[in-house]
Amino acid sequence: MADSALPTGDNTLLRETTPLRDISGLERFLGPENYRILRGLLKTPASILGFILIALFIFIALAAPLIAPPLTPDDPYKIPRDGFTSEPRPMMSDWTRNAPPLPFWWKPIMKTDHWVHILGTSQGQYDVFYGIVWGTRTAFRTGFIVVIATFLIGIIVGSVSAYYGGAVDNIIMRVVDVFLTLPFILAALILAAVLTPKIGRSLIPSIIALITFGWMGYARVIRSDILSVKERDFIMAARVIGVKDSQILFRHIIPNAIFPTLVLASLGIGDVVLTFAALSFLGIGVNVGYADWGQVLSFARNWITSLNMYWYIIVWPGLTLTLFVMGWNLVGDALRDVLDPRMRGKT
Amino acid sequence: MPGLLLDVQKLETTFKTPEGVVHAVNGVSFDLKEGETLGVVGESGCGKSVTMLSVLRLIPSPPGKIVAGEASFLGKDLLKMSSEDIRHVRGAQISMVFQDPMTSLNPVLTIGRQLTEPLMLHVGMNQKQADARAAELLSMVGIPNSKERLKDYPHQYSGGMRQRVMIAMALSCNPQILIADEPTTALDVTIQAQIIELVKRLRDELGMAVIWITHDLGVVAGLAERVIVMYGGYIIEEAPVKELYANPQHPYTLGLLGSLPRVDEDEGARLFSIEGAPPVLYEKPAACPFAPRCKWAAEKCWKENPVLMNVGPEHKAACFVDTKTGRYRS
Repeated sequence: MADSALPTGDNTLLRETTPLRDISGLERFLGPENYRILRGLLKTPASILGFILIALFIFIALAAPLIAPPLTPDDPYKIPRDGFTSEPRPMMSDWTRNAPPLPFWWKPIMKTDHWVHILGTSQGQYDVFYGIVWGTRTAFRTGFIVVIATFLIGIIVGSVSAYYGGAVDNIIMRVVDVFLTLPFILAALILAAVLTPKIGRSLIPSIIALITFGWMGYARVIRSDILSVKERDFIMAARVIGVKDSQILFRHIIPNAIFPTLVLASLGIGDVVLTFAALSFLGIGVNVGYADWGQVLSFARNWITSLNMYWYIIVWPGLTLTLFVMGWNLVGDALRDVLDPRMRGKT
Repeated sequence: MPGLLLDVQKLETTFKTPEGVVHAVNGVSFDLKEGETLGVVGESGCGKSVTMLSVLRLIPSPPGKIVAGEASFLGKDLLKMSSEDIRHVRGAQISMVFQDPMTSLNPVLTIGRQLTEPLMLHVGMNQKQADARAAELLSMVGIPNSKERLKDYPHQYSGGMRQRVMIAMALSCNPQILIADEPTTALDVTIQAQIIELVKRLRDELGMAVIWITHDLGVVAGLAERVIVMYGGYIIEEAPVKELYANPQHPYTLGLLGSLPRVDEDEGARLFSIEGAPPVLYEKPAACPFAPRCKWAAEKCWKENPVLMNVGPEHKAACFVDTKTGRYRS
């Protein structure tokens, strides 16, 4: 080659002969990898169902004041109660006392302006419908707070452990092992019970307890992923061009290692809400009457023997909780299928 | 006479393994002058790459450890620098290209982000300047449509193009030394030729020194001025490239050259190979490490490890025996 001129980039001929695949604006914006993930997520019926469920719950949480206008606007989480008798009242029974304002959608649909207990009342005349609607907000709040906090703690602990290795790694992982030997619910129950008199009855003691005993899984997963990414060639290549250690960790290692942990986190939301409900059911945490699914379920405790009559006080909150957890699990499964490199090309 | 750029003296690197301490590099000394191209050859596991990684202090530690030696680069010892200082040498003054371009790029970052990284780090450019320079670099290594292709991800590039990107990245800060660690091994033959041409052109344009690590003697012949042959963590022969091919002294070099398939060979003939496998040195050998595989091995070879000795002008070899006569050298 006499003239080794640089290629000019003029490939119009080529372009005409081989039509390019159309790349949508969304794909350009997200980048090919993220776009592939998004497409994979919306492919199977199960994952779509998961997303629909989550979307529904998000809608309920956001629109709670419209769906079920609170009786006491400054304390909307307080479930309105229709009297103080203990026996539950059936679905669609009239609201006799303390009726909250009528929601806007009730009249056009039902053609009456009297507000009823749609899903009945539970022990102590707490309205089940209000408990479920406002409890959705509680579920999201506790779920997100706990998962984000445990995720961050896990990421930090796992990264430090994997990145420094050696004795640091050994000590940290042994601490993780110790935490993992504790039975989760029991440990969380005890810690929350100890904290409650100190902090007062609120969401906080349970949240702290769930965070304290919930971060180890994330730390383990991110640690092992970092250990494997650390050995990849491009990390050496980054070190060769003189990239700082911190930048290697945050820019090159963690973005390549974080996906499995993210999947775990999305599965974790359902789990956390379930455990939180279990703690509430056992009477740990919020004040009596605070809108929270576990609390609503706990009202049914004394009526377990006569649930054939009062089935609605356990079925509706239970079903809500089940659907919520199922939604997150389906989303998490879909995420795992898409992000797991071994599943590539199969979904 | 061009100045001395890199002077490595008696470098020793070991690795701790469950089976014992492996002596990977054993007292290796070599130098590199400005603008010179040095070829380093030897079979897999002979310590070529570890030597270069040791010079840049990139040996994973533990298990690796640089036990002794010095590597002075422009008068400063790279092995004694603070880790902050050596970080500014890496990429800016000495850079390196690796064997497998398919895995050397971060899959989650765009080519642009990765190319601009050293520029922003060492030259202190802002994102805009770095982007412009990155596009320039890409077209310099022969990737058309460079501005557009900066936005692409590594998987949208072919192997040859990725190696071009790696070279562009290595050259982005105008280093004085480019260490190429078998950069063509993972590529097919036509792409190999292109990459070699590219490095040659850029070397002449930018006037940097190149250390080319390979086990392909054919590549070295066309590229290097001086060649080092390594075996078992030792340098066993060092000579200007023409002298080495015309007059190889060490039996191992002879064997390597003999193993090259030739175009004029009889079609049915078996390819020549050196018997045996290279040693893994759990302790420093008391004998010549090549002796078990050497057909010239004499009594002395089993008792003492030969050091590099002058066997001609600018030609050194570590062998007691003169392979032409089969007798000890005088």
